[in-house]
Amino acid sequence: MEFLVSRTFYARGQTGQQLLLGAYSAMNRQIAKGKIQMFSRHEMVELVKVDGKARGIIARNLITGELERHSAHAVVIASGGYGNVFFLSTNAMGSNTTAAWKIHRNGAFFANPCYTQIHPTCIPRSGEHQSKLTLMSESLRNDGRIWVPKNLEDAEKIRSKTIKPTELKEEDRDYYLERRYPAFGNLVPRDVASRAAKERCDAGYGVNSTGEAVYLDFSAAIERYGKEKALVSGIKQPSVEKIIELGEEVVEQKYGNLFQMYEKIVAENPYKTPMMIYPAVHYTMGGVWVDYNLMTTIPGCYCIGEANFSDHGANRLGASALMQGLADGYFVLPYTIGDFLANDIRTGPISTDLKEFEIAEKNVSDTIDKLMSIKGDKPVDYFHKRLGKVMWEFAGMARNKEGLEHAISEIKTIRKEFWENVRIPGDKDEMNTELEKAGRVADFLELGELFAKDGLERSESRGRTF
Amino acid sequence: MDLTLKVWRQKNSQAKGKMETYPISDISEDSSFLEMMDVLNGNLINSGKEPVAFDHDCREGICGMCSMYINGQAHGPMRGTTTCQLHMRSFRDGETIYIEPWRSGSMPVIKDLVVDRSAFDRIQQAGGFVSVNTSGNTQDANAVPIPKVNADKAFDAAACIGCAACVATCKNSSAMLFVAAKVSQYSYLPQGEVEAKDRVVNMVNQMDKEGFGNCTNTGACEVECPKGISLEYIARMNREYVSATISSEKK
Ligand SMILES: Cc1cc2nc3c(=O)[nH]c(=O)nc-3n(C[C@H](O)[C@H](O)[C@H](O)COP(=O)(O)OP(=O)(O)OC[C@H]3O[C@@H](n4cnc5c(N)ncnc54)[C@H](O)[C@@H]3O)c2cc1C
Ligand code: SF4
Ligand code: FES
Repeated sequence: MEFLVSRTFYARGQTGQQLLLGAYSAMNRQIAKGKIQMFSRHEMVELVKVDGKARGIIARNLITGELERHSAHAVVIASGGYGNVFFLSTNAMGSNTTAAWKIHRNGAFFANPCYTQIHPTCIPRSGEHQSKLTLMSESLRNDGRIWVPKNLEDAEKIRSKTIKPTELKEEDRDYYLERRYPAFGNLVPRDVASRAAKERCDAGYGVNSTGEAVYLDFSAAIERYGKEKALVSGIKQPSVEKIIELGEEVVEQKYGNLFQMYEKIVAENPYKTPMMIYPAVHYTMGGVWVDYNLMTTIPGCYCIGEANFSDHGANRLGASALMQGLADGYFVLPYTIGDFLANDIRTGPISTDLKEFEIAEKNVSDTIDKLMSIKGDKPVDYFHKRLGKVMWEFAGMARNKEGLEHAISEIKTIRKEFWENVRIPGDKDEMNTELEKAGRVADFLELGELFAKDGLERSESRGRTF
Repeated sequence: MDLTLKVWRQKNSQAKGKMETYPISDISEDSSFLEMMDVLNGNLINSGKEPVAFDHDCREGICGMCSMYINGQAHGPMRGTTTCQLHMRSFRDGETIYIEPWRSGSMPVIKDLVVDRSAFDRIQQAGGFVSVNTSGNTQDANAVPIPKVNADKAFDAAACIGCAACVATCKNSSAMLFVAAKVSQYSYLPQGEVEAKDRVVNMVNQMDKEGFGNCTNTGACEVECPKGISLEYIARMNREYVSATISSEKK
């Protein structure tokens, strides 16, 4: 008897969503039992420490703007990754570093802040309006050939849409990965593929209107699969059209949903014209330092999931982010947190009237007042986009000393301007999405600098970065 | 593209709302609908006004946050998509676009286009789970054989993202499609079968308590559902509900 073991758990491209539904329903069961309470539309904005231990948080009610004190014997942070420090990433718009950053500011160590995973196969941005990027499966590189035009003039013509990519002759195309890495071809590791794409585009060979895209071409695969299929189905001397038809069927079976998604976003048919891809920030391996019990350097403060630094080192492998979520939440923390709580068995409830809560709340409210009083003339996004560009150019895939030093001074300048000139309309005591964003960008502007400093400390090339 | 936007503005749940008109120009056809809203908000902030509050997060059709009623259709004119997956090329240059929040008594407006969907949370808290502990000692999922058709049906139901387009589009504000999806994602599976009767009764009762309307089989929900949840699930849930209320000892 033979057993097949799949390396990855995969659920129709909704793996994360389905795991989330599982966790969410388990949570609902506890809510129904009255064991836990859920506070949706609340944001953790400060950690409260009492006698050196994490004893609660200050949260902002995002509907009323009220600041609330919540006390506990321990605090667990599970606030996800900070890829949005780059402004553009595949992360959800709400992903941020605030919770992780607040505990860092309260003494929790941060580890490897500069470890970022940049995915080579994302849909390129289409212009300045772009707000986030969409990831396509890495598996596409199994069958797609990556190229840009060999000549700058052709690249220019393609960008201005005077010629179509399909009109370019074989000898005028530069399959740069196959050329540079003949042994691996298009299947070079993610970081190599990502870096090479940016290098070609920086050199002026990019193929969409922003100049930041390379082709991922399936025509060779379609032809190969078509011929195979014809042979297998006993079609003698098939016409070119027949081969393409059969080949497209095979490709549709393998990647149909991805091709459809691509067409929805880009409005081009990737069966007929090569797909365009570009690297994008996808995951942050770095994060809050934790021990094997998932506790940070603050006693009683735990950090789990993408927000912590553990498990991945400099290079996260596919599927292991969700694996970490499951491991941390289902298998590790339930067993390790008891160890800490056991010492608090006689502590009794922690009062939110303690002066520590009062001070923490006052700090938060002072920061909010300060933000609201700036009344400058640039929206929050203006600063976030500027920060993102600096991060991408100088602290992204390939970095050097001069670039990182430049990034650090640039970030300081942006941060200074932010605190002098940001404009937040509306009031603090109501739903105010700009105020929410401002708080998060303020933290990104601090994290960005730490990120670049960490990059500067490392002279080695490792995993994701070079 | 140049457009005229008519957007629902409402300061908070108590305030009276109204449509405001905003002209907007130089919008790229390639930008997404929400990116167009970002541009609008940038303009509003620059001219000293408050930006339009709207919910959004993943911007790729999986979180269900981007509730907008666009030109009289939940999530706009494209089928099988959420607002964030809609691109401006689906509109004509010069067009007037009406943008409103979901409208349902059970999902009141919080601000502008943001609505309170917590009724959906409460329905799921009433029974949308399987009573096993999750602290790491659960049995191997492959140890329980499940017929492929059932697994597929459960999975199709589990694709529901809780966006509430079905409620918004229904003339009765019925949440049946959503509740049916959430009931079926468990009841098709052996793990969920044990407490299937209590689940369906509790969830339907909570749905009624939240004030959602009745289903009159119009089928608008199925058309607007971005995840293609089928009306079949409603029929199945009705059967489950009837048989559970007849046979249940507890009631
Ligand atoms: C498009 C995409 C595809 C992916 N595909 C895969 C895959 O196929 N396989 C894989 O293994 N991994 C994948 N990943 C990575 C994986 O999904 C994430 O690493 C994982 O979801 C992180 O889980 P988490 O629970 O740590 O954080 P998150 O899921 O990010 O959750 C954090 C939560 O905290 C909330 N939050 C943040 N700050 C605060 C605050 N201050 N107060 C209150 N709440 C706060 C957020 O709103 C959010 O709900 C993918 C990621 C993306 C973006
Ligand atoms: S059934 Fe469809 S429309 Fe209704 S909440 Fe679920 S995904 Fe949205
Ligand atoms: S923003 Fe997540 S579904 Fe639209």
